[in-house]
Amino acid sequence: MSASAVFVLDLKGKVLICRNYKGDVDMSEIDHFFTLLMQQEEEGLVCPVMSHGNVHFLWIKHSNLYLVATTNKNSNASLVYAFLYKLVEVFTEYFKELEEESIQDNFVVVYELLDELMDFGFPQTTDSKILQEYITQKGNKLEVAKTKVPTTVTNAVSWRSEGIKYKKNEVFIDVIESINVLVNANGSVMSSDIVGSIKLKTMLSGMPELRLGLNDRMLFALTGRKNQTILHCLSDELMKRISPTNVKPLIWIESVIEKFSHSRVEIMYMKTDLIQSLSFSLFQAKGQFKKQSVANNVEIRVPVPSDADSPKFKTSTGHAKYVPEKNLVVWSIKSFPGGKEFLMRAHFGLPSVENHELEGRPPITVKFEIPYFTVSGIQVRYMKIIEKSGYQALPWVRYITQSGDYQLRTNS
Amino acid sequence: LKVINCCVWDPSGEIFELKAELNSDKKEKKKEAVKKVIASMTVGKDVSALFPDVVNCMQTDNLELKKLVYLYLMNYAKSQPDMAIMAVNTFVKDCEDPNPLIRALAVRTMGCIRVDKITEYLCEPLRKCLKDEDPYVRKTAAVCVAKLHDINAQLVEDQGFLDTLKDLISDSNPMVVANAVAALSEIAESHPNSNLLDLNPQTINKLLTALNECTEWGQIFILDCLANYMPCDDRESQSICERVTPRLSHANSAVVLSAVKVLMKFMEMLPKDLDYYGTLLKKLAPPLVTLLSAEAELQYVALRNINLIVQKRPEILKHEMKVFFVKYNDPIYVKLEKLDIMIRLASQANIAQVLAELKEYATEVDVDFVRKAVRAIGRCAIKVEQSAERCVSTLLDLIQTKVNYVVQEAIVVIKDIFRKYPNKYESVIATLCENLDSLDEPEARAAMIWIVGEYAERIDNADELLESFLEGFHDESAQVQLQLLTAIVKLFLKKPTETQELVQQVLSLATQDSDNPDLRDRGYIYWRLLSTDPVAAKEVVLAEKPLISEETDLIEPTLLEELICHIGTLASVYHKPPSAFVEGSRGVQHKRLPARMGAGLGVAPAAMPASLGGAPAVGGGLGDLFDLGGGVGMPTGSYVAPKTVWLLAIKAKGLEISGTFARRGGIIQMDLSLTNKAMSVMTDFAVQFNRNSFGLAPAGPMQVLTPLSPNQTIDVSLPLSMSGPVMKMEPLNNLQVAVKNNIDVFYFSCQYPLSLLFVEDGRFYRQVFLATWKDIPNDSEAQFQIKDIHLNSDVASNKLQGSNIFTIAKRTVEGQDMLYQSIKLTNGIWVLAEMRIQTGNPNYTKTNGFRDCMQKQMYDSTSVVRFSSK
Repeated sequence: MSASAVFVLDLKGKVLICRNYKGDVDMSEIDHFFTLLMQQEEEGLVCPVMSHGNVHFLWIKHSNLYLVATTNKNSNASLVYAFLYKLVEVFTEYFKELEEESIQDNFVVVYELLDELMDFGFPQTTDSKILQEYITQKGNKLEVAKTKVPTTVTNAVSWRSEGIKYKKNEVFIDVIESINVLVNANGSVMSSDIVGSIKLKTMLSGMPELRLGLNDRMLFALTGRKNQTILHCLSDELMKRISPTNVKPLIWIESVIEKFSHSRVEIMYMKTDLIQSLSFSLFQAKGQFKKQSVANNVEIRVPVPSDADSPKFKTSTGHAKYVPEKNLVVWSIKSFPGGKEFLMRAHFGLPSVENHELEGRPPITVKFEIPYFTVSGIQVRYMKIIEKSGYQALPWVRYITQSGDYQLRTNS
Repeated sequence: LKVINCCVWDPSGEIFELKAELNSDKKEKKKEAVKKVIASMTVGKDVSALFPDVVNCMQTDNLELKKLVYLYLMNYAKSQPDMAIMAVNTFVKDCEDPNPLIRALAVRTMGCIRVDKITEYLCEPLRKCLKDEDPYVRKTAAVCVAKLHDINAQLVEDQGFLDTLKDLISDSNPMVVANAVAALSEIAESHPNSNLLDLNPQTINKLLTALNECTEWGQIFILDCLANYMPCDDRESQSICERVTPRLSHANSAVVLSAVKVLMKFMEMLPKDLDYYGTLLKKLAPPLVTLLSAEAELQYVALRNINLIVQKRPEILKHEMKVFFVKYNDPIYVKLEKLDIMIRLASQANIAQVLAELKEYATEVDVDFVRKAVRAIGRCAIKVEQSAERCVSTLLDLIQTKVNYVVQEAIVVIKDIFRKYPNKYESVIATLCENLDSLDEPEARAAMIWIVGEYAERIDNADELLESFLEGFHDESAQVQLQLLTAIVKLFLKKPTETQELVQQVLSLATQDSDNPDLRDRGYIYWRLLSTDPVAAKEVVLAEKPLISEETDLIEPTLLEELICHIGTLASVYHKPPSAFVEGSRGVQHKRLPARMGAGLGVAPAAMPASLGGAPAVGGGLGDLFDLGGGVGMPTGSYVAPKTVWLLAIKAKGLEISGTFARRGGIIQMDLSLTNKAMSVMTDFAVQFNRNSFGLAPAGPMQVLTPLSPNQTIDVSLPLSMSGPVMKMEPLNNLQVAVKNNIDVFYFSCQYPLSLLFVEDGRFYRQVFLATWKDIPNDSEAQFQIKDIHLNSDVASNKLQGSNIFTIAKRTVEGQDMLYQSIKLTNGIWVLAEMRIQTGNPNYTKTNGFRDCMQKQMYDSTSVVRFSSK
């Protein structure tokens, strides 16, 4: 059904640690993994599933490690990948960084975790908060404490321990919308969509039931949700409003590149403005917030040819920086009010010998964050906490719109 | 010598040192020593020599130390089975420890020690743990049953663990339920016919309840298990869909895909006119789109599955083309998959956008991706006819770039475009010819040569062009050689005067100087054709070619259905059935989608109106088999009665159905003619049978692809299978049929000739024929006379064989020919017959006896005899 064994390999394909869950695949099969991978990389056709004989390798890469699952059955592939990423998440929670050294230094805990995370190929408890309640870095002695399985492990409410108490009962609600935009080189929007999520940080005592009412008659009923939960808002009503029905890109960039063939000088102009789509915000309509929002920490990354040198910049606001190791100019603006236009002028020297090698044309990417604003207009209308003791809880709501995958293609 | 043998190779003394530390009195030192052992094990050193010393540390109250020792045991028990027994006692003791963590740990580790010898010691502790008060222990024990089953299946069955496991499906704790389901599914997978997961509406309800409460992984186990269930009617399948739908918004991609699998499967059963069906279709699109924001590997799995879903139900994602546009930082495997899906979604409405994107991709840096993009443009041209012209001009633009691999790919796809739209875009040939020299890949060269040969009459210097290829004939790859041979022969047939020399040259190159048998054979065939009959050669070589199909790359429907049942798994990623890559799964039944029920038919098919009197009886008894009307000649197949009207238009709001039955190549077919005698267009045809004596059922949906307009008649052949529900009918060969269209559901009944059911392997063993014949009791025998047949015994025997009635032996007694014959019915019943033919007397006497080899007592002797008496 799922993985037969899980391996952690270093960049040279050496096994750092492994766990055989089912015993139906020879553990030495892993030796073929790295050879296959090298072969595929040479051909330029890397694929996350590889097979050798009747053994299949499903793998991901994280920092300087390969995490590989083997199987010889028709396994649930999406489950295996989701599990491998969960492994990364849990190990990162435990060791801060997941890399070769942290695996070697903590092999005892890694074994313990591997034992607890999966049994006979079936993923079990994978929530690091709960795992940390009974698998600790220090070996726990039986006579001292912890003679119990945390009830959380198998509780109907598996994500929350009982008997939690807070002095002040509060809920912090973050409504986050990430905007993915793809703009063509000639300026037409190819695709734009929003991935919305609601994150809750709850500081609520006991085992409360939390009801969240959103406009659009969306309702999430959560039972004692864990402290941080990501809910993908995909109710169809919501999707109808926010999915590809042409969300305008919030930041627009135009660039002009002039090439002087003899002096090999390149000049770029850029114009940016936060477009008016802000004004359709529901907040404005309700007059709850001031008319114009402000985008914070705007970062515009403009790719430049790898052989450019002696950069000079002029910006009307913010500052620009050349990052030669990434072939980028990064223009950062701390705060960017809506409806404004800013300009950057960049000047590069290019070598007199023309580079004949084909270079890819990476897109311009943009990062930003607009607080108190959602593009979809989603709003939290009410929050209700139902708990035995009947306490009052304070809700704090925050709306953020941020850049997701925001790409603007460039002309060569 | 003995002494040396006992020595362990331990150059650094490390093992020896560890041994001492392991036997230390101090707990801390012991623990550190075990840690060192595990560390050595991790880096691949063999520390199995320390087995007894490590096992001695097992009895400890330190949980961490215990875990380490258990870990060591799991690794080395298999190589030291005798010593593993030493650990059994501790396991048994640990299973009764007051601490549930230890109980669970023990039961979990026990199952991982894959030593047959110790399994029987583990049964009692396992039994206790399955009934443990702590759910953490129970959920671990549930998995342990699957582990034990893997080592010793018989033991698990004998000990009744499977029943205990089934009971756990009703456990109060959702995590226990989920693990029990996972364990049962795993066991069922290795024993496909065990019927372990005996799913019924009650257990389904329990699973659906647990679904809402368990972890993300548990949800996947349950959803995957649900996907194997076959709901009894469309109402049940709708209610399951309703309860599964909320899972579509889960953050875990694997949960979403498993939910999609359940919905895609159960949707099959919902009537298409149901409002809920449309709602469900709409609900499927957003989660599929959201999967594309997951990690690259998960995106890849999702895209491979979306590729299947788009083929099965294009309507779900038809408006979502843009989300499949390629991003700069997508890994190559994601890019290629997105490209493929873009083509599948391409339609007249969005083709402009698609082409603009593809053109963009074709100028990227990554060679493999660029090639795929150019090919994709060609596929667009073939798929969307209205776009062909624009595609061709895009390809020409790309050829102008002169980038070598782009040009070559473009030429390969332009050849396909020519084959789809002949005589339409020949104006571009000149441009193509300009690039002749830059072609160095065999596929592109072959494509170009094909184009030159095909349009030789329009290319002035075709002979020069082809001649230039001929110079290096032997260095070319086989596909270029074959193509060149054909092209020159075509050229010769079109311009015989100037090219005689050229064709001579290529024929001799192909036949005399080549080692490739394919090439030689083709060369000889052309040679002979040209020399014996040039007119025939022209007809053969220059014959009009069939147009290439729109989508040659579609997955074949039955495979697609199977893959839809495997959404999320490796099979769906490889686009191969599991039997193709999993060992030992060959005998496993292929998964199928459930069949859709006709509106109102699903509920009570038995309640069909009985007042269908006057249904015309179908001819096709034994007499017809002799093909009396046809006179002489050998029938090549079984007799097919002419179509008779089964459903009158006045009874069916204008729909008239006539039909007959035929057996072709071992497949039973119902040939129907549907005539629309009403004023309005008829659509959405579906057919269903009531239960019948031999379990006849439609093998697939009725393929009426186009709407039936007034006064139009469509002929449909409906393949039938014998896998439907069985109920004895009166008369035996009566079949009640319901046909649905957009207007109403209509019922009629008809009778099929029993000869339809005679199977091709009905030849009885000659050696045992006589003995069997004697064994048949008298009351299973019947005799008839068939009159007025003027055939001799050989002709009769031949004709009967066409209907799968086989003559086993023949003898002549007193001027009478005796034929001994056998018939086998689809349900395994054998019929033996003796036919006496009196020469000169047109009356045959036939004695039949039947013998039921399968011991199915369903049909009594009279039923079989009745058929013969016709």
